[in-house]
Amino acid sequence: MAAIEMKNIVKQYGDGFPAVNDISIDVEDGEFMILVGPSGCGKSTLLRMIVGLEDITSGDMMIGGKRVNDLAPRERNLAMVFQNYALYPHLTVYENIAFPLRLAGASNEEVDKKVRDASRTLELDEHLERKPGNLSGGQRQRVAMGRAIVRDAEAFLFDEPLSNLDAKLRGQMRTEISRLQRRLGITTVYVTHDQTEAMTLGDRVAVLKRGILQQLATPRELYTNPVNLFVAGFIGSPPMNFLPATVEGSSVKLPFGTVTISADRAKRAQGKGLLIAGIRPEHFEDAAVMESGKATPGSTFRTKVDVVEWLGNQAFAYSPFEAPEEVQQQLLQLERDLDGEALHTQLVISLDSSSRVKEGDEAEIWVDSSKIHLFDPATGENLTVDESAAGISPSDTSTAEIADKQDSIASPGEQEAAKET
Amino acid sequence: MRRKTGVGTWLGFIVILVWCLLPIAWIVSLSFKSLAETTTGSPQFLPKDATWENYKVLLGMTDDKTASHDFLAALRNSFGISIIATILAVMIATLAAYAIARLDFKGKRLVLSLALAIAMFPVVSLVGPLFDMWRTFHLFNTWPGLIIPYMTFTLPLAIWVLSAFFREIPWEMEQAAQVDGATSWQAFRKVIVPLAAPGVFTAAILTFFFAWNEFVLAISLTSTTKSRTVPAQMSYFVGPDPFNPPYVQLATASVIVTIPVIIIVLLFQRRIVAGLTSGAVKG
Repeated sequence: MAAIEMKNIVKQYGDGFPAVNDISIDVEDGEFMILVGPSGCGKSTLLRMIVGLEDITSGDMMIGGKRVNDLAPRERNLAMVFQNYALYPHLTVYENIAFPLRLAGASNEEVDKKVRDASRTLELDEHLERKPGNLSGGQRQRVAMGRAIVRDAEAFLFDEPLSNLDAKLRGQMRTEISRLQRRLGITTVYVTHDQTEAMTLGDRVAVLKRGILQQLATPRELYTNPVNLFVAGFIGSPPMNFLPATVEGSSVKLPFGTVTISADRAKRAQGKGLLIAGIRPEHFEDAAVMESGKATPGSTFRTKVDVVEWLGNQAFAYSPFEAPEEVQQQLLQLERDLDGEALHTQLVISLDSSSRVKEGDEAEIWVDSSKIHLFDPATGENLTVDESAAGISPSDTSTAEIADKQDSIASPGEQEAAKET
Repeated sequence: MRRKTGVGTWLGFIVILVWCLLPIAWIVSLSFKSLAETTTGSPQFLPKDATWENYKVLLGMTDDKTASHDFLAALRNSFGISIIATILAVMIATLAAYAIARLDFKGKRLVLSLALAIAMFPVVSLVGPLFDMWRTFHLFNTWPGLIIPYMTFTLPLAIWVLSAFFREIPWEMEQAAQVDGATSWQAFRKVIVPLAAPGVFTAAILTFFFAWNEFVLAISLTSTTKSRTVPAQMSYFVGPDPFNPPYVQLATASVIVTIPVIIIVLLFQRRIVAGLTSGAVKG
């Protein structure tokens, strides 16, 4: 087991495509680190540079305090689980798991003992003599994990291991991976584009965009203190609402009404003109179902709800609004960065399931004004971030320059390749 | 849609089967006839009294060894030359195809197009030059004298077949092996080659058949039974009357050389199972 240190890692492809740009991440010994971001953000490339399948253009990759830039994959002693599992179809499950041990020249007794240990851990005992072709997706996934845990690797690397499973299995395997990692206490780097996996599995999460580190923090810090619009929009489901806002004194003017925020927060957003306010759906509530006295004036507004989705434990209400042109542009760009396709700007409100708000109603909605974030529309920077609880973020997270470079180089074929990595 | 496999389909099957197999049936039937039966004019389809005599004569199981037309020597040459040419061609083609499928180098297209051009080159036009060259190099009428051209002419096809197979194998297989601690050579030998086995067998069969059936080079580059293969040797099957070749013995020789081909096809057919790679990646 070992710590992995990435120091100013850069990856530039032969055609000049800058896939990873000056990323520094320290993964502590035994830590579960998540690399997350939309497709083409360089997360898989970064992982493949750790394991040695991709050359490092510049920077230092340190594993256990040793620089490994020039070592071949087999000399790095890392275990990796591939997105498509990459099991050897001509070998039985037993031999698949034994493969790394056989290469290392282990004796038959040792191989047998370790393979059986691994198979017991992963409950593969009754499948040992079968070929991967006869296994279900979840079983193949476990064989791939077996091949990783059977040897004493310095660290585990996962490349979107759950993306080929159906939703239910994905949930089960997620807890399984988490349990396994806690038990073995082994350093783990896990790549995903799924923010749920990122939030649930990681000790810390690194959010990447266009090969640039945006924020490196615990899931809680990311959720409560995103450093910019991108992180705020990426983390959380349903995503954070972004509304045009103007701050005057301590009051914030939103499309639906005006709410009051604390003087301290208001001060930081003073005199910036038109801003983007970010409010998570659960920080709204139907004023009618709240304890009396809590929904004070200055923290409620009235809006017309056009769709209500009642889920049993909660309900979502949707309310469309018009955004001014400059905010609209910024939000559309953000949506593109997040691989999304927003058709129109709407407010998503999470309501208590006891709420009786119906479609077409005009409801009185309370908003927790202490949880409102204010973003600068030009830079996307969060003006109200609590820096003491926002983890690590490079001083410059802007991707405009890199985006131009990437877009000018990437032909359709390369964009496809970039998406894959 | 089930009803479609009706009378018409079966009729079609039968027509095609008769069309393809009748000549073979004719040869088999001929091989069991006695020499006298064919020389006396229009023979009937089935032998009057079937005999193993022709097989015995050709395989040298009779007292008169000269009657066998040196068939056994030719058979030995055929096997030796075909097998060696096949092994060499497949080995070289495997390495070449792997490089073409995996590595990015300048002139890759050129190599492939050249290979294809060679495959299309008419063999007959090379007979003359080869004959002269082989005499100079003392390769005339030797095994290598046939093995080298056979290998060369089958390489392009083998490379094309194998590189198509290698391209089908996911890159991740190899990368996984490398992460698991394999060297490039180990990854190739333990993971890629077993996965490409169907392709290797296909290429091997094609190469073997080419060498086994080849006639033009075999007749031109050999002069004695030291290296003459069966197809060439059969043209030397002459009876007492030059205008009346021993048809029954020719037929018998044809049947005997067909048997290994059938055995090989039946043996390797099991190996050429498509979808060996299924299960490697997501289902």
